Amino acid sequence: MTDKVLTIRGASKLRGKTQTLCDVDLDVAAGERVALLGHNGAGKSTLMKLILGLTPMSGGEIRIDGAKPGSAAARKATAFLPEAVSFHPALTGRELLTMFARLSGEKRADIAGLLDRVGLGDAIDRRVGAYSKGMRQRLGLAQVLLGRPKVALLDEPTSGLDPISRQDLYAIIDELAANGTAVLIASHALTEVEARTDRIAILRKGVKVADDTLANLSAAAGLPTKLRVVAKSGCADQIAAETGGARVNGVSVEITCGPDQKMDELRRIAAMGDTVADIEMTPPRLEDLYRHYAKEGRV
Amino acid sequence: MMTPRSFAIARAEMLILRRNRWLFMATLIMVLFALALTFAGSAPTGSLGVDMLTVSVASMTTLSVYLAPLLALMMSFDAVAGDRDRGSLSLILSYPAGRGELLFGKFLAHLAALGFAMTIGFGTAGAVAAYYGGAGAESLVSLLRLIGTSVLLGAVFLVLGYALSALSGSATGAAGLSAGLWLVFVVLYDLGLLGAVVMDAGGVFTQKIFPWAMVANPADAFRVWNIAASDSVAITSGMAGAASALPGWAAPLSLVIWPVAGFLLARAAFRRVEP
Repeated sequence: MTDKVLTIRGASKLRGKTQTLCDVDLDVAAGERVALLGHNGAGKSTLMKLILGLTPMSGGEIRIDGAKPGSAAARKATAFLPEAVSFHPALTGRELLTMFARLSGEKRADIAGLLDRVGLGDAIDRRVGAYSKGMRQRLGLAQVLLGRPKVALLDEPTSGLDPISRQDLYAIIDELAANGTAVLIASHALTEVEARTDRIAILRKGVKVADDTLANLSAAAGLPTKLRVVAKSGCADQIAAETGGARVNGVSVEITCGPDQKMDELRRIAAMGDTVADIEMTPPRLEDLYRHYAKEGRV
Repeated sequence: MMTPRSFAIARAEMLILRRNRWLFMATLIMVLFALALTFAGSAPTGSLGVDMLTVSVASMTTLSVYLAPLLALMMSFDAVAGDRDRGSLSLILSYPAGRGELLFGKFLAHLAALGFAMTIGFGTAGAVAAYYGGAGAESLVSLLRLIGTSVLLGAVFLVLGYALSALSGSATGAAGLSAGLWLVFVVLYDLGLLGAVVMDAGGVFTQKIFPWAMVANPADAFRVWNIAASDSVAITSGMAGAASALPGWAAPLSLVIWPVAGFLLARAAFRRVEP
């Protein structure tokens, strides 16, 4: 495909004798949101630094809109939100964003509008030293929005944010992607990434162990779905016996089944008639998937 | 180097210097020291037959040798290390500004602040001396030369401070290295040379090498330039001997080469920094 704005081929990084990244391939298309998951030290931040050209590659090739990492063209096309972003405390939000706009060559940037967009309209002329962690993160996001970047790299963008701020932040990220920016989000916050990204890549000890949509990843992992059947009083034992499930607390029976048996199982339970009072279905969550790919020795 | 990007950095750095009261404190220090020296040093005016401003410039030259490098290093030591400690360096470096541009932007702001403090400090003392003890055309030129060379001397230590800041792992480490650098250039180097001259007892070293070794140190080049250029300042400082053994361009050349070489060194060190 030609619309891959960010292409990574065989990226490797050696720090001393330890291999922090090993032969990683990853593509992000314009308008696509990709989550990069992994434990601490799995190589997420290193990969971002390689893309930014802040640290030299030991092997492989990275192209940002056709340009080499660290080149003027690549840096112009890239926006970055570092993990736990920080700014000089003596400057105000407006002054900092003005400086960033000038650094990126955006002469007509609407500073006040951008700060308003990230919810810092009231704090625009306050010093960053007086900002909360969430406000600093929002200011960091505001500088990402400067000048419509082709690629946005967000390292743990929601760390330290309250749930409402997280939602706001993801709304802005969605908008960014809708305008054609390729977004790569490194994150620990699995549940929020689940609904907010198009594709998930998992790194384990510097190796990419998964890279697909959530649906495909769960199908491939074959993780079981949990069905919890609530029985009418006195019928729990009968249901447990018929379905082969396990009794939990007096009235419920828990059944686990593979992704392909789910519908058969549901039909069987539906056929049991009034002995079933309710049924609850829990598909495998991202946490389970993540554990599956990140822990098991599969490459 | 003089790009809109380095001006963007310079503007932000200037705001920082004003906000954290650094500009105010540096100017205050310069004014207080310069005034104190002008009044304390006014005694020998009559006996030497020079005006009060000349004596004042000679005293302030000695002051500036210590103070200009100190003020410069205090500003520059955390230019790179401070940003790295704070974690804001990786973000700045992801922007399409070259590392030379970033460094030059900081340099512009710091040099302007230094120039402001020097001009106000020495200027005030000069005005006071001229008012009380008179000032001739020559002493005015000496004052202007003192201000200009002090800024140049400050520039040397600004860029050396950036180099240390880029080379050291943390702002605290950079502060320690800067204190060491100041001590070596301003105090120990001269002591070493003095010891060598005493040991040599008027031999080849004293006559041929010593003047050049002296002027190779920017702090001494500053002293020599100010003293050699003005006979009446030389009278009041008693340093004419060594200065007269050198061609007139030696000290100015040293003070011009140092900032340029130091900047190139600092840029090379900064380029190796991984945030």
